[in-house]
Amino acid sequence: MAEFTLPKNSKVKIGKTFSNANGASNKKTFRIYRWEPDSGENPRLDTYEINLDNCGPMVLDAIIYIKNEIDSTLTFRRSCREGICGSCAMNIGGTNTLACTKAINDFSGDIAIYPLPHMPVVKDLVPDLTHFYAQYASIKPWMQTQTPPPPDAERLQSKEDRELLDGLYECILCACCSTSCPSYWWNSDRYLGPAILLQAYRWIVDSRDEFTGERLDNLEDPFRLYRCHTIMNCTNTCPKGLNPAKAIAEIKKLMVTRTL
Amino acid sequence: MSLQTPIAKARGLGSAKEGTHHWTAQRLTAMALAPLSLWLIYTLVFVTGADYSSLADWLGNITNAALLLLFLFSLFYHALLGVQVVIEDYVDSEWQKIGCLVLVKFLAWLAGLSASIAVLKVYLGL
Repeated sequence: MAEFTLPKNSKVKIGKTFSNANGASNKKTFRIYRWEPDSGENPRLDTYEINLDNCGPMVLDAIIYIKNEIDSTLTFRRSCREGICGSCAMNIGGTNTLACTKAINDFSGDIAIYPLPHMPVVKDLVPDLTHFYAQYASIKPWMQTQTPPPPDAERLQSKEDRELLDGLYECILCACCSTSCPSYWWNSDRYLGPAILLQAYRWIVDSRDEFTGERLDNLEDPFRLYRCHTIMNCTNTCPKGLNPAKAIAEIKKLMVTRTL
Repeated sequence: MSLQTPIAKARGLGSAKEGTHHWTAQRLTAMALAPLSLWLIYTLVFVTGADYSSLADWLGNITNAALLLLFLFSLFYHALLGVQVVIEDYVDSEWQKIGCLVLVKFLAWLAGLSASIAVLKVYLGL
């Protein structure tokens, strides 16, 4: 059966508490998931109390502050700090989002931070995204054509056709949506998940691509595409404000259209 | 241990080229069930307390019998498609999954056929 409870060695225990607030009035408490693969111990939830006057406004600023000033063993991914690389995707206050674009002030109480749900954890807040990226590669996310490219020019696209890519090309593959999807939790071995299906649709709808039929063939599968039960967590959680659920619905419509 | 590459795992056994019919059928049966259910409820309110012979008279009408058979077909087909999805979603072990799917298909056919035969029996006055 699908896993509804955590296995014994994944039960999260209470960890250590660190305070760097020194009685400051403008303080905030972060409870952060910690797990080391080498220690053989269960994951734990460490508590960090920090003085917000000493750190920037975003959640990423806070965890960078914690790593620099309090606990250098805290491990997480980050790069661009402006919501375009997708590295710092994590579960913050119960919602998958990017730490760099989520303001600390958006939360009234303590802030709990976990890695992206239902993915293998490498360490602390770093999930293993190998399978996610392999699924992305499996949809051939590049332009496929029978017509050779013009020797001295770009492949042309009308303004209207280019507009069809709006709401799709902005996806940064942070995996917030896929890891918020219960269907992806239970069946990610075969279900492609919202992020990959949105990317697949981005190539299906591209007017310059000539392999639309093959792309649909590749998706027409009870698991790859049809595990989507329009739960809509993907659209709710997308930190870029995109709508993967709609992209999936468009693919399903095309599947029916080509049988009629 | 498996030394398969991540891409090999992601590509798996390839696409089944199937699922669209299931998706369409689920929606068509739902669309059929909405008016048919209302019709059946409306009818049941009227026949409450009636004796067997007046009910047999009602079912002797070809339109009523056809609509009831349509309702039964849509109902059991829709239920089968829905339960199939639940099993595929939540049952992990391949053998348990196949076993459950076969069982549910047999049960749906058994229940659907029994109900249809009962309707036909009354309609034909057997």
